[in-house]
Amino acid sequence: MSATNTPHSQKGPETTHGHHPALAHHFVSMSQQHEANILGMWVFLVTEVLFFGGMFCAYTVYRIKFNTVFQEASNQLDITLGCLNTVVLILSSLTMALAVRSAQMGKSKEILGYLAATAVLGAMFLGVKYFEWKHDFQVHLVPRADFCWEYAKEQRKHADHHDKDVAFLPKLIGKFVGHHEYDPAPTIDQIAQDQKNPESQQARMFFVLYFAMTGVHAIHMIVGFGLIAAVAFFASKNTYGPEYYTPVEVLGLYWHFVDIVWIFLFPLLYLLGAHLGAGHGH
Amino acid sequence: MSAINLDRGVGAGAVAPAHAAHEEVNYLNHETTVASWLLTLDHKRIGLLYLLTITVAFVLGGFFAGIIRLELLTPKGDLLTSDTYNKSFTAHGVVMIFLFLIPSIPAVLGNFLLPIMIGTKDVAFPRLNLLSYYIYLGGGFFLALSLLFGGVDTGWTFYTPFSSTYSNSNVMVAAIGVFVIGFSSILTGLNFIVTVHRMRAPGMHWFKMPLFVWAIYATSLVQVLGTPVVAITVALVGFERFLGVGIFDPRLGGDPILFQHLFWFYSHPAVYIMILPSLGVASELVSTFSRKPLFGYSIIACSSIAIAVFGFIVWAHHMFTSGMSSYAAMVFSLLTFSVAIPSGIKVFSWLATMFKGSISYESPMIYALGFVGLFTIGGMTGLFLSTLGTDIHLHDTYFVVAHFHYIMVGGAIMGYMGGLHYWWPKMTGKMYNEYWAKIAAALIFVGFNFTFFPQFLLGYLGMPRRYHEYPEELQVMNVLSTTGATILFLGYAVPFFYLTYSVFFGPKAPANPWGATTLEWTECTSPPSPHNFDKTPTIPHESYDYSFLSKEAASVSH
Repeated sequence: MSATNTPHSQKGPETTHGHHPALAHHFVSMSQQHEANILGMWVFLVTEVLFFGGMFCAYTVYRIKFNTVFQEASNQLDITLGCLNTVVLILSSLTMALAVRSAQMGKSKEILGYLAATAVLGAMFLGVKYFEWKHDFQVHLVPRADFCWEYAKEQRKHADHHDKDVAFLPKLIGKFVGHHEYDPAPTIDQIAQDQKNPESQQARMFFVLYFAMTGVHAIHMIVGFGLIAAVAFFASKNTYGPEYYTPVEVLGLYWHFVDIVWIFLFPLLYLLGAHLGAGHGH
Repeated sequence: MSAINLDRGVGAGAVAPAHAAHEEVNYLNHETTVASWLLTLDHKRIGLLYLLTITVAFVLGGFFAGIIRLELLTPKGDLLTSDTYNKSFTAHGVVMIFLFLIPSIPAVLGNFLLPIMIGTKDVAFPRLNLLSYYIYLGGGFFLALSLLFGGVDTGWTFYTPFSSTYSNSNVMVAAIGVFVIGFSSILTGLNFIVTVHRMRAPGMHWFKMPLFVWAIYATSLVQVLGTPVVAITVALVGFERFLGVGIFDPRLGGDPILFQHLFWFYSHPAVYIMILPSLGVASELVSTFSRKPLFGYSIIACSSIAIAVFGFIVWAHHMFTSGMSSYAAMVFSLLTFSVAIPSGIKVFSWLATMFKGSISYESPMIYALGFVGLFTIGGMTGLFLSTLGTDIHLHDTYFVVAHFHYIMVGGAIMGYMGGLHYWWPKMTGKMYNEYWAKIAAALIFVGFNFTFFPQFLLGYLGMPRRYHEYPEELQVMNVLSTTGATILFLGYAVPFFYLTYSVFFGPKAPANPWGATTLEWTECTSPPSPHNFDKTPTIPHESYDYSFLSKEAASVSH
């Protein structure tokens, strides 16, 4: 029954003496199981690359087609918050890597600590994203019926003018707690007029891609929280050690992948128009 | 367990070795509750679950094909309205491609055989395997829902902007179905790739693997690399329909051609998801029934991978008339021609294998022979279409319809039927009626050619696809085609009866009824035990070493 070479395998067909409790019946050894699981995750990540690839392809096509407006639209995003999020996410990858190392050394408490830190950093990332998206809703940059490119540009100009002399830190804090003064919302006629403008349509395409890509990325992070919770649960039961740490490593691969997607999204979405400078309307 | 050892038949030829009188333990009878089937982690049982489900899908897709052929019996649109006709061919395409052809050989025969052929107990991720099945069911549920709500009229290709803006049918529900089923296909492919890489028995080197395994491996690569792209593409169509964003809508600056690129980036390789497994089946059948090792084994193995790779760089040949740079069109035309090379290698290898082989014409071999001929015709007519000049004339005509049916039905389904007959004794432990099996194979071959050969001529004469009316002078060919479809229907109906009959009343199958050399025949009972093997097999010989087989038989008889 048993296909292993361990001396215990002679004892009986139904029991798995001498096996690690985590060894599934159809694997010969822990190392085979580990390698299969790791390869499985890598293959899955390849499919993820192609899944995001469809959107990166659409982005490339429209960026070439609508080059100028894409730069201006990119300039409407908040580079400071984008940088902040990049730092936060890279830090979370560090804590995830440390969690894998702790698992290899069998230190369950440390695993839990590092996983918690990863989750907190991930939550910070989504928190910042929440404020960014909220701002986009307020200035009519969400690609739906009330999308209004002129209005958004005006608001950005006013805000930059207003913040011109504010120091960096208060300005950063103001992005979360400050009360922006927006002009009265554009009328239906203004919106209708704006949406006939090709530039508005092209900017709208940028924001379609922006929301699709950052949205799908955010969904992947939320899935990551679920996976972290599951792995943390097993870590709390001292499941992992030098013999068996595969789930932690698989989770780590997933998390690093989600991180790397952001490393590509950040320059493509945020830095594309950086050379235009803050407050540059046209 | 010792009973299984005694029962292991090693004899060549069709004579069943004497079996122990008592009931042996196998994967079919070791647990019999409904839950043990619906929640099984056994790759063999999951294969059978797929078999039952895709048979239902095949009947459904065939029903719509029947409606289409009935409508085309007369030049006037007198059976269906144009709208119903549009919905019928869409339903035919969507059901046959996503619910039947793509899962057919990989999910049924691949699931059942791949682990056994490489000498392991199960696929790498048995729970994921079961999950794939239920994801498939979930996607099928959405597609069924889209039919119940009144169908979809876009064609299986969901071209924008019609699908995203104008169509009033249930595009969203169908798109969700396609999206969901895609993940089933991805997870199956992932499972097989890891299984082949990490689960091979000791001694099972890459170039000792049966060619069916190579074919399934190449198929899995395509599934894993292609399917995510169509998933995100239909998701974008969904965004566009639901939120009114204009990614593919020219009124909002979007580009409908981008949709076609993204769609065919998956859907052309998807053709190879459907045909590659059949190529693998054909290799097994040709070798077994010629009793000769395959000519150019390693070349055939590599040509499967080559087809998978080439399949990814030819997608735009579906778009020669869509408005594409003529330089791009030339490159895609040239690349498309190059796919013929690995396909041709396979055909010549099969012929060389049969040459001076001792061929026996059992029903699986008849399917295999039919497959080789029809696949060749289907492939060669593909060259007409990849030639830029002739494609302008033939694009979107019945020539295209005939071409891809020669590949999909003449190729993929013939291979599936051949494989099903070949491995039926292994899967069920019962022999079917060989006489009726031969009649069915002949009916399918004749019916298929009557159905689709006239369509080449119709297409050449200019009859466009997807119209339900046509000029009167084309009626003769259309009547021929519908007559052929009726014969084809009979050909598919007959196996349903004798195969079902065999499960209950068929004689017990010996372990190796065909005298084949791969592990599922030489190391397993029919049907296999729950964990396939009593002990992990060692692989002493090459995959198609018939001298080994006769030596072993001789040593047993001593």
